[in-house]
Amino acid sequence: MTEPNQAPGGCGAPAGGVPAAAATRAGDQAVVEGRVLHGDAPVSTGYARLLGTGDEFVAEVPLGEDGGFRFFAAPGTWKLRVLAPGGGRADRDVSAEYGTVTKVEVTV
Amino acid sequence: MSRSEALVDAEWVEAHAGDPGVVLVEVDEDTSAYDKGHIPSAIKIDWKKDLQDPVRRDFVDRIGFEKLLSARGISNDDTVVLYGGNNNWFAAYAYWYFRLYGHHNVKLLDGGRKRWELDSRELTSDVPDHPATTYQAAEQDATLRAKRDEVLDAIGKRNLIDVRSPDEFTGRLLAPAHLPQEQAQRAGHIPTARNVPWSKAANEDGTFRSDDELRALYAGEGLDFGKDTIAYCRIGERSAHTWFVLHELLEQPNVKNYDGSWTEYGSLVGVPIELGDAR
Repeated sequence: MTEPNQAPGGCGAPAGGVPAAAATRAGDQAVVEGRVLHGDAPVSTGYARLLGTGDEFVAEVPLGEDGGFRFFAAPGTWKLRVLAPGGGRADRDVSAEYGTVTKVEVTV
Repeated sequence: MSRSEALVDAEWVEAHAGDPGVVLVEVDEDTSAYDKGHIPSAIKIDWKKDLQDPVRRDFVDRIGFEKLLSARGISNDDTVVLYGGNNNWFAAYAYWYFRLYGHHNVKLLDGGRKRWELDSRELTSDVPDHPATTYQAAEQDATLRAKRDEVLDAIGKRNLIDVRSPDEFTGRLLAPAHLPQEQAQRAGHIPTARNVPWSKAANEDGTFRSDDELRALYAGEGLDFGKDTIAYCRIGERSAHTWFVLHELLEQPNVKNYDGSWTEYGSLVGVPIELGDAR
């Protein structure tokens, strides 16, 4: 589990989500990224979940300090679900395709 | 073990975290999460730096584990309560790891860090100072850990549970959808494996489903409770979550975690691989 080519988070989430302001190059990946806001303020404690058909769980990341998140999905249509303290919750439909960064902003 | 012995809830942690003989340990996939805030009195174990051999792909050996726990101030008779992010993936991995080295008085905080955060419970940046101990570990319990030759021999004979996402199982992805797609040389799954994603065992807040729901889940997915079982994922932490469910919550005997998992199996030369749905 310590090979040089090991992804930084292993099977787990990237450290603290991702800074939404960071420029992402999709390369050959299908990237879905964005950030979560409450009013104009970023939600830094919470989780973004990517769900498939029938709300089947696909992946989950904790939000970053700026409310950011990022997924490397398979191409297709997904549901993005955000969970925040105090029962905060929001769903968005998103599409992913290879070579594209799909941007999503979610308000809870 | 049983659910009442293996799991504690947040109220239990709030009541007992500072008790003598109780050590709360955060083990996270995001190894910086602890430093940003953790449950009061918790110490940190880094699943990469602390639990992996720095050169070979393997665990730290028994002596290394003894040094780690001694330095962190954990005694053999302490009750160790583990929690972490991402639905307790790496906390479950650490739980399995503690059991592997013979520490039996170990528990998981149900829901882990996620449930704790969503409930807006207290987090602190204060790092506790536990005096060093002289911890003595047992040799690894081979009944809990599967290696590749045993996995190959289990094809068609034992329950093989692939707990990755359906896209990883069928070969559409090589890694979970929040990570760049790299790692194993080939995609797919081990022949005869059933795909029961770890996530089906957890509620949305990260807590485990009820025993009845869990039994119905695995029975419905074709698990033969009369057979021995090996669980795997990509590097062995999601399958540790499923090992915990089957071995600790449902008290199934003879359940092993294959921590080599797909990053090993999917790179082996000449082994059989299936693509697509389970057959």
